[in-house]
Amino acid sequence: MKTTDTSKMTFAQVESQRGLESALKMQPDEVRRTIADSGLKGRGGAGFPTSTKWNFAAETVGDLKYVVCNADEGEPGTFKDRVILTDFSDLVFEGMTIGGHAIGASKGIVYLRGEYTYLRQLLEGKLEERRRTGLLGKNVLGTSGFDFDIEIRMGAGAYVCGEETALIESLEGQRGEPRNRPPFPVNTGFMGRPTIVNNVETFAWVTCILVKGSKWFEKIGTETSHGLKLFSVSGDCRASGVFEFPLGITIKELLKKVGGENAKAVQVGGAAGHCVPASEFGRAIAFEDLSTGGSIIVFGPGRDMLHVAQNFMEFFKDESCGQCTPCREGNARLLEGIEMLEQGNCSMKYLRDLCRLGETMQLASKCGLGQSSPNAFLSIVEHFKDEIMGRIPAAC
Amino acid sequence: MLVSEREQLRGNIEAWVEQYGSNRSALIPVLEEVQRKYSHISEYVMQVVADILDIHPVEVSGVVSFYSFLGRKPKGRFIIRLCRTISCEMQGKDRVARQLENDLGILFGETTADGNFTLEWANCLGMCDQGPALLVNERIYTQVTPETVHDILEECRRTFGVYAPQLTEEYA
Repeated sequence: MKTTDTSKMTFAQVESQRGLESALKMQPDEVRRTIADSGLKGRGGAGFPTSTKWNFAAETVGDLKYVVCNADEGEPGTFKDRVILTDFSDLVFEGMTIGGHAIGASKGIVYLRGEYTYLRQLLEGKLEERRRTGLLGKNVLGTSGFDFDIEIRMGAGAYVCGEETALIESLEGQRGEPRNRPPFPVNTGFMGRPTIVNNVETFAWVTCILVKGSKWFEKIGTETSHGLKLFSVSGDCRASGVFEFPLGITIKELLKKVGGENAKAVQVGGAAGHCVPASEFGRAIAFEDLSTGGSIIVFGPGRDMLHVAQNFMEFFKDESCGQCTPCREGNARLLEGIEMLEQGNCSMKYLRDLCRLGETMQLASKCGLGQSSPNAFLSIVEHFKDEIMGRIPAAC
Repeated sequence: MLVSEREQLRGNIEAWVEQYGSNRSALIPVLEEVQRKYSHISEYVMQVVADILDIHPVEVSGVVSFYSFLGRKPKGRFIIRLCRTISCEMQGKDRVARQLENDLGILFGETTADGNFTLEWANCLGMCDQGPALLVNERIYTQVTPETVHDILEECRRTFGVYAPQLTEEYA
């Protein structure tokens, strides 16, 4: 069941507990400054600076605050969080505890996707062990006044719950429909209390930064995208699995490492991301160029790109929460358009209309799901017109 | 449903509410327990849960209809969810799907007449590097081939038996 060797990753070399020890020696604002100095940005893909989020939550007055770990890893092609939770859950729990100290929270919640229920027992065991050794509970590591505990809550099969406000709705026992923002969760989050929601990988890097120092992290990567990142690589390549690379790596370099040099296109960022044709393989994977939560899907020379677009649009039509019109209706229309292309009866004019619809969805949808769902369609239409137009359907 | 069964069901729900806290945020964990044990969430259950948590039954119904792992329709003891997302698709999920349909004699979305198996699609299961992947209840299988489908079904019939949800008469 394992294809990834994690023993050489940075996470394997970081001794847990040391990060928490060094954080507890600091004042909360010093911890936040350390994270700020490291330049760490959210590893879920949106790339929001972690320290900024934490500062907002720390500055908001509240009797109760929450640290939420987003383990609702549902983006097609992403599985690095599963690997992190299997092999390095201590770093994640520790990062959450450090977050609790940094913003003044006493409660952490891991929102684990329902599809990963088989990991729950392992994680509960780890949490129990941390409670036993004083890493969780009252007066963490003997620090008087700092109580912190973590609870695991299960998702129930809804991709949209990876969106932070939908996740909070779900935790509160509601349908997972995204909220209007502002107010942001850092002000009005779980149960109306200040809440930080961070990705699994982000918390693990927080622990590493506290152990190895912010300079170490800051030096890696590009000017605006610092540090290392885990990538989930699948598709037509020799070595699929989870890889650790510095941000700023080009697609070409990445393909060389995983044995996918003859690819005709790469989907960066999952279904919500962009399809990059071979002519643009010089582009960098970084927040300023191609931003991703780590999903890399490689398409070999024989792949039908219209088929790929269809698979993604079926996904979005299924996972749209239906709350706002651009996303609910738009995804259905785009999928219909793909079926027309498949049948070979879509005019150029109608295809242009569909692209305009896609652009409208990007602007007018309420949350990240609808705003990013046309990306794959638009980039495939842009780069592979020659392949998708004027099809002659297979004989009936 | 017999009165005693209703009482037992109510007792279970009360115990779960006790465990997860008697407030709205306990709703989904409680429904997940019901789903796990009874393989669906009936109108009676929704009524009882709403009653205990002091919310309107429609709110419960709205939540049940939203999440794909919760549902009102009775399902089989083993729910097989085959990943249909692109990486698994490229690794041959269509052939696995066809073989599942052949071996079970049902189509996706259906339940076998003996109430043992339900066949469903799932979106990305996070096993893209070792597809095609499928979940049987909470257990994951990877690199499934049309040939190994039979072994998986046999394994369900043999070893999973004791862990399968106990269906009461009304649900069976």
